[in-house]
Amino acid sequence: MIEIKNLKKAYNNEQVLKGINLTIKKGDIFGFAGRSGTGKSTLLRCINGIEHFESGSIIVDKVDVGTLDDKKMRTFRKDIGMIFQNFSLLNRISVYENVALPMKCWHYDKKVIDKKVDELLEVVGIKEKKYCKARELSGGQKQRVAIARALTMNPKVLLCDEATSALDPKSTQSIIDLLIRINKELGITIIIVSHEMGVLRSACENIAILENGIIEAQGTVAKIFKDKPEALINLLGDKGVSLPEEGKNIELLFSKYNNNEPIISRLARKLDIDFSVVGSDSHNFRDESITSYIINFDIKHMKDIEKFLDENNILWHEIDGNNNMEVNNDC
Amino acid sequence: MTASFFEDFFYYLDRLIIPSTYATLRMATGTMLLGLAFGFGLAILLTLYNPNGLKPNKKIYPILNFFVNTVRSFPILILIVAISPLTRQIIGTTIGEMAAIVPLSIAATAFIARLLENCFIDVDKQLIEAARSFGANNVQIIFRVIIRESVPGIISVITMATVTYIAATTIAGAVGGGGLGAVSLTYGFQSFNNTVLYMAVFVLFLLVNLTQYIGDKLYKKFQ
Repeated sequence: MIEIKNLKKAYNNEQVLKGINLTIKKGDIFGFAGRSGTGKSTLLRCINGIEHFESGSIIVDKVDVGTLDDKKMRTFRKDIGMIFQNFSLLNRISVYENVALPMKCWHYDKKVIDKKVDELLEVVGIKEKKYCKARELSGGQKQRVAIARALTMNPKVLLCDEATSALDPKSTQSIIDLLIRINKELGITIIIVSHEMGVLRSACENIAILENGIIEAQGTVAKIFKDKPEALINLLGDKGVSLPEEGKNIELLFSKYNNNEPIISRLARKLDIDFSVVGSDSHNFRDESITSYIINFDIKHMKDIEKFLDENNILWHEIDGNNNMEVNNDC
Repeated sequence: MTASFFEDFFYYLDRLIIPSTYATLRMATGTMLLGLAFGFGLAILLTLYNPNGLKPNKKIYPILNFFVNTVRSFPILILIVAISPLTRQIIGTTIGEMAAIVPLSIAATAFIARLLENCFIDVDKQLIEAARSFGANNVQIIFRVIIRESVPGIISVITMATVTYIAATTIAGAVGGGGLGAVSLTYGFQSFNNTVLYMAVFVLFLLVNLTQYIGDKLYKKFQ
């Protein structure tokens, strides 16, 4: 669906994108993660040609974005909807007028516009606000209007630039649910840019982590969180869990496949050893959740524990006191 | 004394103040209509070609910018005398209301264009990106997005310009433009007639306040 090859872009001699290669499948919900200033929003804007790029190519549904002239570019953009962090609505005019704006720019018939607006307001669930002014709405409602507006041209792709970053957690979740529903029901490929890992975790199937203008890690969300590549740790920051310096610390990861099994108690019983749980965490993904426990034990049990975990197919990492993780196992 | 004061008052009102108020209103209206028409057009070009605008142009923008800055750097009195040859070319004379409107509307054009440009450039960049993202062209972005979103701003620019150019007409009055300015100076100040002087000033006070009041009401309504 979207193929990005060796994409490079600079702002005033500063290289923002340094050779991005990426393929996004049709119907996917794909996330770009990264700290501010890593070029993820720029990359998103290159996809619909709002930003120009120096070299490389972007092909969206067989259209080579870099070669389009002004007029073709505008027509091409009908296929790509976009929503923004601060909603980008015209605050003084009604919800109806806002949603109708793209169709008015493309000179649609009034009847077609009326029908489409009603249909889309139904999809995003704010039909009753049709004649309210945009500025009277709450953040979540504004983003719904923006989504409706982005869908007016029946796009194949929807770009979301920090679309939930200005919302409270509850509205964020409801917008994510809406995006997932749109993806499923309308089959629109969605690309989400966010610095909030929680958003990407609950919305995306695949993510790419950008750092300094290149993609440092890429894969399914669950895989990225299990592997914990350095880019992810940089992004999430050091959690600063203080671990015992004596003995050995390892982190066990449980997903839904083995969450129900009494592994920890079995470990203690079967090997007849004592250990303490010194830390735990859990992450919810779109259709998976991962729970992690950090256990501390005497170093002499290491071999037995390692054997036990590998036999039971448990993913684990060794953690030293400074919380630098080393991946010892791949499931 | 009191009787003769009121006699004078109505005499001046009838002979001087009312006719010159009309003259001032005609000048201000003419200035504002021309200033708005040209100022609006110029503001759109400035917004389009601004380095942060829709279609930055390194050749045209500096020329427009230079024109606006030059006109704005002339104090209004100096501008009126400085371009009097041009006024004579256009109107045929440098005296009277019509002659005053020429320099005043040139000044108003530059004034309004700059204020509107600031107002248009201030429109949220992401809103413009959004308009681009659904395929709007620059003309549509200006008329359907930028201008629509800046209506309250446009109203306050018009209010401010009207107040400024009501005052400016009185300066034009000093160099042959007529109106309340001329009356308060010649018949009031220079003739040691305080009644006329303060009557004229009071009418100006009313005009300015009325304009501001209407402007504020409209601003609230369209906000």
